[in-house]
Amino acid sequence: MTAAALALDRLRVTFDGFVALNDVSLNVASGESFGLVGESGSGKSTLLRAVAGLAPVAGGTIVVNGKPLGRKRDKAFYRQVQMVFQDPYGSLHPRQTVDRLLLEPLAIHGFEDTEKRILRALDEVGLGSGFRFRYSHQLSGGQRQRIAIARALILEPSILLLDEPTSALDASVQAEVLNLLEQIRADRKLTFIMVSHDLAVITHMCDRLMVMQNGEEVERLTASDLVARRVTKDYTRNLLVASEGFKRSA
Amino acid sequence: MSALLEVKDLRVSFPTRTGVIEAVRGVSFSLGKERLGIVGESGSGKSQTGRAIMGLTPEHAEISAKKLAFSGIDLLRVPARERRTLRGKRIAMVLQDPKYSLDPVMTIGRQIVETLRTHERVGKAEARKRALDMLQAVQIRDPERVYKLYPHEVSGGMGQRAMIAMMLIAGPELLIADEPTSALDVTVQLEVLGILDRLVRDRGMGLIFISHDLRLVSSFCDRVIVMYAGRIVEELPATELANAQHPYTRGLLNCMPQIDADRHPLPVLDRKPEWAL
Repeated sequence: MTAAALALDRLRVTFDGFVALNDVSLNVASGESFGLVGESGSGKSTLLRAVAGLAPVAGGTIVVNGKPLGRKRDKAFYRQVQMVFQDPYGSLHPRQTVDRLLLEPLAIHGFEDTEKRILRALDEVGLGSGFRFRYSHQLSGGQRQRIAIARALILEPSILLLDEPTSALDASVQAEVLNLLEQIRADRKLTFIMVSHDLAVITHMCDRLMVMQNGEEVERLTASDLVARRVTKDYTRNLLVASEGFKRSA
Repeated sequence: MSALLEVKDLRVSFPTRTGVIEAVRGVSFSLGKERLGIVGESGSGKSQTGRAIMGLTPEHAEISAKKLAFSGIDLLRVPARERRTLRGKRIAMVLQDPKYSLDPVMTIGRQIVETLRTHERVGKAEARKRALDMLQAVQIRDPERVYKLYPHEVSGGMGQRAMIAMMLIAGPELLIADEPTSALDVTVQLEVLGILDRLVRDRGMGLIFISHDLRLVSSFCDRVIVMYAGRIVEELPATELANAQHPYTRGLLNCMPQIDADRHPLPVLDRKPEWAL
């Protein structure tokens, strides 16, 4: 097995005694695309947020590229791991231009050639320099999500955490953003950890996936298991049925 | 067949500082006691169409139609007072997110009773009983308990059931459901749709189901209208979806990832300017 880009061991997150994530262990190989599926409250987003340092870790360990994370994450960690959030309307600063938004991470990490990097990042997400001095309210949902992806990529991370990156988008825009993400992953040999409630999206994007419920792992599958309907747990089966759409009972 | 609802050349436009935005540009259809789906992406005018029928178009917007009639009543010319008696009583609307569409400072039971007593002269005790029956009808297991809860104390699926109960208690003839399940988890979605389906069928209502999800709509409705940029680009029986002609409809169907199809990259919509003409 190739070196694990991310290894979680019995990761536990609690909020005032409520266990949001209950001893979940996970290994994601470098260059792999791993999916987390589940309904609201299953702990899938909490897992991502715990890795990113946005949720309080109550127990367990997180190892990123062979390095265990301490209580406080250092700058080097944030260069390696970046996150894209669900709501493109809420995750961009409303009073900053795209240029300013993209400059911020570069300034924090002390990059020199900012000009070149900003242009390249915009180009990479298919927006071009015409969007550089716009505000986020002048962009559509899909364009905003592209900016959020550009902002995550501009530090050249090796791991991208994607929290429902397309669920706020129209179906046709979702297809474009998913294609973009796949392209980028192939180009940069990135590791993806992607959260979605949509089994079809996860099957499309990921090699392996974990189904979660109530903060715990239900089962672990490969994408081909799902295609062949080789699932063992009823919960996963229900999700599969639900993803096929409404059927009228006789 | 006498139509329950007739819409001819409906237009809704919003004057803004930078010019007039035409959200709905000449939509026509008629509806009997059937399930009609309106599908489109953000900004296609599907919700504004539903809101115009319900009479919820914002005041600053301009609305016009050659005909907008509900069982013979001209909705655009009828006095506001009469319109109010229609709204909620004969035409009802289920909105997307129960978190925002229920009154946060009123218990669920009181909201349902309020709807009922606005439209019918019933005593308190009877209103309460009917509200409880209605909660039972939307498959809430413990109606007595839910009756007393506030909207923030229930889950999304439960809230949406309460919303449906509230909308159906006055026995409307037409129900407009604007993305009724988009805010819900997939498995809960199916339960809520099942409840909606049964009630609409049993009570013989007309239903307008507005959604961005073409597949969902086609599995739920009899007939589907596809909207793009404020216009209807295609209208077809739900069973004929696979034979859709318009490239937009086909594109929408095609661009969804499917569990059984391995397509990399996904086909994307190539939007043609002439679709919006």
